[in-house]
Amino acid sequence: MNILVFTKQVPDTNEVRIDPKTGTLIREGVPSIINPDDMNAIEEALRIKEEVGAKVTVVTMGPPQAEKALREALSMGVDEAVLLTDRAFAGADTWATSLVLAKAAEKLGYDLIVAGRQAIDGDTAQVGPEIAEHLNLPQVTYVEKVEILDGEVRVRRAFEDGYETLRVKLPCLLTCIKELNNPRYMNIYDIFTCYSKDIKVMGLSDLGLQKEEVGLIGSPTKVKKSFTKGPKAQGEKFDLPPHEAANIITEKLKAMHLI
Amino acid sequence: MKKGVFVIAEQRDGNLQKVSLELLGKAREIADKLDGEVVALLLGYEVDKLTDTLIHHGADRVILIDNIHLKHYTTDAYTKAICEVAKKMNPEIIFIGATYIGRDLGPRVAARLKTGLTADCTGLDVDDEIKNLLMTRPAFGGNIMATIECPNHRPQMSTVRPGVFSVPCADYERRGEVERFDINIKEDDIKVKIEEIVKSMKEKIDITEADIIVSGGRGVGSKEGFTLLKELADTLGGIVAGSRAAVDSGWIEKDRQVGQTGKTVRPKLYIACGISGAIQHLAGMQESEYIVAINKDSDAPIMAVADLAIVGDLYKVVPELIKEIKAYRQSCEVM
Ligand SMILES: Cc1cc2nc3c(=O)[nH]c(=O)nc-3n(C[C@H](O)[C@H](O)[C@H](O)COP(=O)(O)OP(=O)(O)OC[C@H]3O[C@@H](n4cnc5c(N)ncnc54)[C@H](O)[C@@H]3O)c2cc1C
Ligand SMILES: Cc1cc2nc3c(=O)[nH]c(=O)nc-3n(C[C@H](O)[C@H](O)[C@H](O)COP(=O)(O)OP(=O)(O)OC[C@H]3O[C@@H](n4cnc5c(N)ncnc54)[C@H](O)[C@@H]3O)c2cc1C
Repeated sequence: MNILVFTKQVPDTNEVRIDPKTGTLIREGVPSIINPDDMNAIEEALRIKEEVGAKVTVVTMGPPQAEKALREALSMGVDEAVLLTDRAFAGADTWATSLVLAKAAEKLGYDLIVAGRQAIDGDTAQVGPEIAEHLNLPQVTYVEKVEILDGEVRVRRAFEDGYETLRVKLPCLLTCIKELNNPRYMNIYDIFTCYSKDIKVMGLSDLGLQKEEVGLIGSPTKVKKSFTKGPKAQGEKFDLPPHEAANIITEKLKAMHLI
Repeated sequence: MKKGVFVIAEQRDGNLQKVSLELLGKAREIADKLDGEVVALLLGYEVDKLTDTLIHHGADRVILIDNIHLKHYTTDAYTKAICEVAKKMNPEIIFIGATYIGRDLGPRVAARLKTGLTADCTGLDVDDEIKNLLMTRPAFGGNIMATIECPNHRPQMSTVRPGVFSVPCADYERRGEVERFDINIKEDDIKVKIEEIVKSMKEKIDITEADIIVSGGRGVGSKEGFTLLKELADTLGGIVAGSRAAVDSGWIEKDRQVGQTGKTVRPKLYIACGISGAIQHLAGMQESEYIVAINKDSDAPIMAVADLAIVGDLYKVVPELIKEIKAYRQSCEVM
C-alpha cells in the first residue's frame, strides 16, 4: 500500500506575538515546525505501515527551506520525501495549493492520502477537501480513529456534538485531528540516516502544470489587506449600583455580539 | 435576474443550526447593498417545516431539496446537490456556517465550482464601488486579520464562524417563496457509508478552547459561590475557570486553573470575578479579546487590564447580570 502524507512547514504561531506598541507581528526568532495536525497524519501513516505494511511518502509544497520539515519526517521513519518547489507556486491560495498537491499525488501514485485537518498559519482547513475534489476521491475530515480493513477503511469522524463511524473504500483522503494519536519522537537511528536520504524535488514542469494555474495568478482569492488588531484601547471603569452595572455589561456584550 | 445571496441552511435531525439564522441576518444586509435577494438553500429529508423560520429570519426565497439521501449529512450527496443548484442559478455569493459540517462541505463545493473560498470569516461587507464581497478573517492563530476578495470568480464563497453575527429578530409577517428542487442522487453517489451515528454532548472542559470564560478567585469565597458563576457561564454559553487561590481552596478542578502554572487562555470574553490579578494570573489571560473584571477593590491590578472594570460585590452584580441577559434573550425570540 502506498500512503502519501501531505505536510506543511509552518511558523510556530504559539510563539508569534504582536508588538503592543506598533501593533505588528513579531516573527523574528519564531521557529518553523511541522504543522501539528500533520504530525498526527505522519504518525497514523507509520502506524498503518507497522500494522499492515506500506510505503510512506511525505510531500510538501514550499520554499527550499521546507526541506528541514521533510528531514524531520524522515527521522520519524517515513520512507520517502518529496519537495514541491517552484517560484511559480508562491502566493497560492488553497485552490492553487491543492491543485499542485493533487497533481503531485497523480504523479506519485497512492492508495491512501492523509493530511492534517488545518494548518496553524493559514488556518483554513480547506486544502484537504480541495485535493480530494481535484482527484475525485472520497474524503473524510476530522478523523479521530482509523482502522484498516480489506481494501477499505473504517474511520471515526468527530462532530461538535458526537461522532460518526464511517466506512470508505480505498483510495480516499483523510484529514487528521490531534485526538487521533500521539506522534512519536524522532528515532535516533533515523536522525543519523535522514541526512543521507535523497529528497525528490519537483517543479512546475515536472507536474505538467502551467504558470497561469498556480501561485498567486492561479488563485481565485486575493488577500486585499492584512492587519493586526492594533494596540488595545484603554479600558473603562464604573462604580455603580449592581443593576446599573449589570446593564452596562449587558449592553457591551450585545454590542460585541457575545449575546 | 436579481443577484442571489445564498445561505446554506444547515439542519441536523430536523433542527436548524443557529449559525444559519445568523447568516440570514448578514445575507439580508449584503443583499440590500447589492439590490439582490436572499435565498436559503435547505437540504434534508422531511424538513419542509423549517422553511417558515428561514423566511421569518430574512430569506426571500427558500430552495428546498428534500430527498431521502440527504437525511444525514454526507460530503458526496450534499456537494452534488448544492453544485447542481449553483450551476443552474449562478449565485453571486454563497455563505456556509463554519461548523464541522460546513468546513467539510465548503471547500469541496468551492473546488467543484472552480471558485475561491474564504475560511471562517468574522467580518463581511461589500466594496462600495465594484460591489465585491469583502471577507475578513483571522489567521495565524488569531494574531492577524486579513480581508480577502474573490474578484474574478463566481460565486464568492465564505464559511462564517458561528456566534459572530447576531440572529435577527423573527418577523412573523414576512412572506417568501418556497421552491422545490429535484436532484437525481443514487445510493452509489455516496462513497462514504455511515455505519453509526453517536451523539454525545461532550462537555467542553478544555478551557483553552472556550470562547467565553467566567473565572472566579478567592473573592468567590466558597464552593457554593461557584454555582453562581456556573449559572452565569451557562447563560452565556461559556465555561467556568478559576485562579490558583480558587483551585487551592478546592472550589474548582486543577485543569480549570488559568495562569502561569495553569493554562493560557485567549477567549473572546473573560469575566474575572473576585480575582485580584496577580502577575501569574494575568500571564494566563491578558490576551483575551475582551476582559470584564468584577471586584470590590477599585485598585486591584485586574482592574487595570480589564476592558470593562466593575467596582462592586460579585454576589450583587452577577445575579443582576444573569437576570439582564435572560431578559434580553427573551425579548427577541430567536428560534
Ligand atoms: C492571512 C492569510 C489568510 C488566508 N486566507 C485564505 C482563505 O481564506 N482562503 C484561501 O483559499 N486561502 C487563504 N490563504 C492562503 C492559504 O493560507 C494558502 O493557500 C496555504 O498554502 C494553504 O492554506 P492553509 O495554510 O490554510 O492550509 P490548510 O487547508 O489549513 O491545511 C490543511 C492541510 O493541508 C495540507 N497542506 C496545506 N498546505 C500544504 C502545503 N503547502 N504542502 C503540503 N501540504 C499542505 C496539510 O496536511 C495541512 O495540515 C490565506 C493566506 C494568508 C496569509
Ligand atoms: C510560582 C507561582 C505560580 C503561580 N501560578 C498561578 C497561576 O497559574 N494562576 C493563578 O491564578 N495564580 C498563580 N499564582 C498565585 C498568584 O500569585 C495569586 O496568589 C493568586 O492568583 C491569587 O488568587 P486570587 O486573585 O483569586 O486571590 P486574591 O489575590 O486573594 O484576590 C481576591 C480578590 O477578590 C476580591 N473580592 C473579595 N470578595 C469579593 C466580592 N464579594 N466581590 C468582588 N470581589 C471580591 C478582593 O478585592 C481581591 O482582589 C502563582 C504564584 C506563584 C508564586
